[in-house]
Amino acid sequence: METVKLSETQKKSRRGRNIALGLVLAGLVALFYVVTLIKFGGGMAH
Amino acid sequence: MTLIDNHEAVGMEGAPRLSEASARDYFELLKPRVMSLVVFTAFAGLVLAPGSINPFIGFIAILCIAIGAGASGALNMWYDADIDAVMSRTAKRPIPAGKILPQEALGFGLTLSAFSVIILGLAVNWLAAGLLAFTIFFYVVIYTMWLKRSTPQNIVIGGAAGAFPPMIGWACVTGGVSVESIVLFLIIFLWTPAHFWALALFKMGDYGAVGVPMMPNVCGEATTKRQIVVYALLTALSGICPTLLGFASLGYGAFATVLGLGFVWYSLAVLRMPEGDKRMLPAKKLFAFSIAYLFAIFSALLVDYVIAQVWLNAGGII
Repeated sequence: METVKLSETQKKSRRGRNIALGLVLAGLVALFYVVTLIKFGGGMAH
Repeated sequence: MTLIDNHEAVGMEGAPRLSEASARDYFELLKPRVMSLVVFTAFAGLVLAPGSINPFIGFIAILCIAIGAGASGALNMWYDADIDAVMSRTAKRPIPAGKILPQEALGFGLTLSAFSVIILGLAVNWLAAGLLAFTIFFYVVIYTMWLKRSTPQNIVIGGAAGAFPPMIGWACVTGGVSVESIVLFLIIFLWTPAHFWALALFKMGDYGAVGVPMMPNVCGEATTKRQIVVYALLTALSGICPTLLGFASLGYGAFATVLGLGFVWYSLAVLRMPEGDKRMLPAKKLFAFSIAYLFAIFSALLVDYVIAQVWLNAGGII
């Protein structure tokens, strides 16, 4: 095992990728939530 | 400070490789310009299909089709990285530019493929998901891995992959495949050869340098030009099929006829282009017109549909 120091460019690009991935995951959570409401919403009401 | 495994990356043997790829580079892997055409044609298929779909489910359907198409683009870039690096048109793509490693693109493409198909199946229906999975398979395995480097008919057969989106959009609403959705498929399928061979004519040097057997390189300019005219005629005919089959109005039919004549006219200009013409202006014009043609045909179908709905709701008779 070894350690390395990230350059500023690497840190910046990693942060950008992390933010994008976070947004995608949050979007997926919202998407599944709304789909569940649409698919089962009517059934639960009865 | 970051902990890393002491593994070796391709082209970076002996040195640990830390990515400097941005989220935008990954987005570029999805071929956003191709994706826009996929989104538009899939949307057209979804709207034109008889029946209704919850707007949010419809949005998810289009999103999944777009992501699936993008994923197949990423897998295409993974497989074709060697030739992309040589061709001027593709040399700046993220893999040949050194921003993303091939195996990263492979993982990205496979993950998005799986997610798009599964979500489309769970949220919409499994026929549409199956068609999307088949489209990705067809584009990546049949076209990219097999046909592209082995036959001048590569884009004729491979064009099917680009023609599926409106059929998938249609299947999202109806849960089936019908003559109408096959006509939408045919319009794009028959349009593809004239579109790509126009590009292949003015990029002949590029394709020749990497050994991709495009029609102009294998059969010569004259044969390619004649076949472009034949496919332009077939495209023009398929463009008016919606009217002939009764799912679009006479107004649409007239518009599609004019557009089709334009397509044939531009293809005839390519036919008249002198052998060995370096500037290839008619081919470039045909390429540009072909893109406008497809957008215009599908836009006209959508407009025609909206007008028909408004007319019906107003109590009119068509």
